[in-house]
Amino acid sequence: MIQKIITSREMILATAIVILVCCIAYVFPGFIAPANLADAFNDTSPLIILALGQMIVILTRCIDLSVAANLALTGMIVAMINTQFPTLPVPILIVIAILAGTVMGAINGLLTWKLDIPPIVVTLGTMTIYRGLIFLLSEGQWINAHEMSDSFKAFPRHEILHLPVLSWIAIGVTLLFIVMVSRTPLGRSFYAVGGNPGAAVYAGIDVGRTQFMAFTLCGALAGLTGYLWVARYAVAYVDIAGGFELDVVAACVIGGISIAGGIGTVIGTVLGAIFLGVIKNALPVVGISPFAQLAISGAAIIIAVAFNAKSSRQKGRLILKPQELKG
Amino acid sequence: MNHSDNNRQIEPAQPVLSLTGISKVFPGVKALNQVSLELYPGEVTALVGENGAGKSTMVKVLTGIYQPDEGQISLDGNAVIFPTSNAAATAGITAIHQETVLFDELSVAENIFLGNAPKGRFGLISTNTMKRKARELLHRVNADIDPDTPLRELGIANKHLVAVARALSVDSKVVIMDEPTAALSLKEIEELYTLIGQLKQQGKAILFISHKFDEIFRIADRYTVYRDGQMVGGGSIHETTQDELVQMMVGRPVDQVFPARKGLLGKEVLRVTGYSHPTEFADISFTLHQGEILGFYGLVGAGRTELMQSLFGITKPSAGDIYIDGQQADINSPKQAIAKGIVYVPEDRGKQGTIQNTPIFQNVSLPSLANTLKRKLLNPKAEISLTRKYTERLELRAAAMDQHVNKLSGGNQQKVVISKWLATQPGIIILDEPTKGIDIGSKAAVHHFTAELAASGMAVILVSSEIPEIVGMSDRAIVMRDGRICLELNKQQMTPQALVQAAAGIGNAA
Repeated sequence: MIQKIITSREMILATAIVILVCCIAYVFPGFIAPANLADAFNDTSPLIILALGQMIVILTRCIDLSVAANLALTGMIVAMINTQFPTLPVPILIVIAILAGTVMGAINGLLTWKLDIPPIVVTLGTMTIYRGLIFLLSEGQWINAHEMSDSFKAFPRHEILHLPVLSWIAIGVTLLFIVMVSRTPLGRSFYAVGGNPGAAVYAGIDVGRTQFMAFTLCGALAGLTGYLWVARYAVAYVDIAGGFELDVVAACVIGGISIAGGIGTVIGTVLGAIFLGVIKNALPVVGISPFAQLAISGAAIIIAVAFNAKSSRQKGRLILKPQELKG
Repeated sequence: MNHSDNNRQIEPAQPVLSLTGISKVFPGVKALNQVSLELYPGEVTALVGENGAGKSTMVKVLTGIYQPDEGQISLDGNAVIFPTSNAAATAGITAIHQETVLFDELSVAENIFLGNAPKGRFGLISTNTMKRKARELLHRVNADIDPDTPLRELGIANKHLVAVARALSVDSKVVIMDEPTAALSLKEIEELYTLIGQLKQQGKAILFISHKFDEIFRIADRYTVYRDGQMVGGGSIHETTQDELVQMMVGRPVDQVFPARKGLLGKEVLRVTGYSHPTEFADISFTLHQGEILGFYGLVGAGRTELMQSLFGITKPSAGDIYIDGQQADINSPKQAIAKGIVYVPEDRGKQGTIQNTPIFQNVSLPSLANTLKRKLLNPKAEISLTRKYTERLELRAAAMDQHVNKLSGGNQQKVVISKWLATQPGIIILDEPTKGIDIGSKAAVHHFTAELAASGMAVILVSSEIPEIVGMSDRAIVMRDGRICLELNKQQMTPQALVQAAAGIGNAA
């Protein structure tokens, strides 16, 4: 029964996406051509990967505002390595990207865990630091397509079964997360820590360590996305993906991840990212101005939060009454 | 009337505030049942009762936080209602709480006049007038405090003085003091007594709530005793004795039947020696045996919960040793405690017990997940069967094991918490106020189950502030006061009077 309620929330979002796509198709039938839908999915893939990382951070009552800066710094690092050592194979670069991202995520996690600094402050700080480091590394220079090796640029675009590798990676990460979140003790502890940190402590779960793990995984995904982003767009500079962290948080919120922690699903997050992706990809095609797009994504966020707030308010009522009995 | 403070006889004065026939019902519990309270100008009335007797509920009715379901409140002979706390404050009722509800980051003057600041030109707050008036008020309570000082720089006693000055600023008729001395030093308590004397002279009616009998007899003029939400006595303090008050507080009809216990003790499973914490408790030593229920009684703030949390690895002790089954044990985290067979069922279900938006089975399996894994992955089937095994023993009423916990009643939530801990198959279980705030039926179920646990060979520590529960359930009882063990009683010695007196420090120099 509960399962049904949860799925119904995602069903509502899925239905909204279908309606949105239908409306767009009515104005611009070409949008629903399979090749175009695949393109739109591919464009949304980085958002999906980052949103999944962000999801587990938010589940533990934290937030990571540094994901986009992490992505940009990692992208710059691998792009610079590639220009220096063009023969270094791409898999090694990917490993380097994931490692760099992991370290940056772990720094966020350590500061939150060991120094007990609020995550929003920690990641606001590291966001600026990571962006600043890109400038120091690159001295403000761009790395352009012609400086990158062909294999470096080709990897995310390489097509398997008519779908680019970038899309396959998003699908793979989604599947991994479904297993990790619902079938491993770590996944369960994300929900426990966010749902009730007090109860988690008494159950023998280390709250700080769990939050650290969430930040680290989130950083690893940001690092991976950093390489994919720079390779796909074939350019690296200080401001790539500027402000993208807000899209990532928005995707989570639209997908039903509670900002208060402890509530949310992988499928919801992916649908939230796709919803934003459809708006960003389709509305320009239909001729809606970029300002209206912003307004539409903003409205979607507020509707989603209002919806979540309403459902969680009903749930709190039962606990409070016994509290009043204190004589 | 001001000068008729005769200690022997109380003049038939008019009460400034009187409450009659007040009832307040919460789901499952009648917190107040037809109780009365009268407060007289220039007199201190002590409100006495065990935890759960309804004292705090009454204060909340008085200050407009709760609306009574039945009964009348009259102020100066006129019937009144307090729909909001603001209405009560405007009518001249001020409460000073155990932990002051003031604002640390504001100045003393701002605290005194918050929400009631003197207005100057253009309706803006006039800082100078405010400071001048604050100085006058502080002078009236003999407080040597600069109105510009941020409140956080003051000690608790001075914060109380600020609260009193605030009470004077709105010309209160009634001042409620809810355990005002709980966090004060002896010197500060003396200052508070002086202040209460001044308030009496100014004709204020004072309601004084305290568990400390020496205080009550020192400063109160009248007393009122509540028990289980009912009024059981009242009158002039000079016409009663400590023993009589204790008797009224605890002497209750036998309406709670506790399970019969054989009380067969096995070998020693836990020995704690010289256990100390820098600030919360000191020099704690006791033993615990298989099949035993060891009661821990004390007033709120005696350090019982802090001690248990430390035994469970949440806080670190500064000295002392723990021996489990004769082996010295290091417990640095709840995880280690659970692994060594100690579990702790915390007092606050909401904050520390359950994860509300989560299915029952995920709550129950949380500390035992490692035992339900299948190829290192979670195995919901095993989790559900584990949950079923333990919740059935407790007769949990739930539609399904994947029902969310927040859909359950308080008593059933408590059963989920207890099932969770039983599923770890502990040797020692610490129950902290296991029946607080749950209905009588669930209480009996918890009592029966606790007895069964002990009978099955588990060692149980029962922390409770309810005397009948301690006396009815425990094989031995330990009383804590101010972070130390002050008394240990076996079954024969255990009387409600002995427990109350030890916890309140009666008979000892205060």
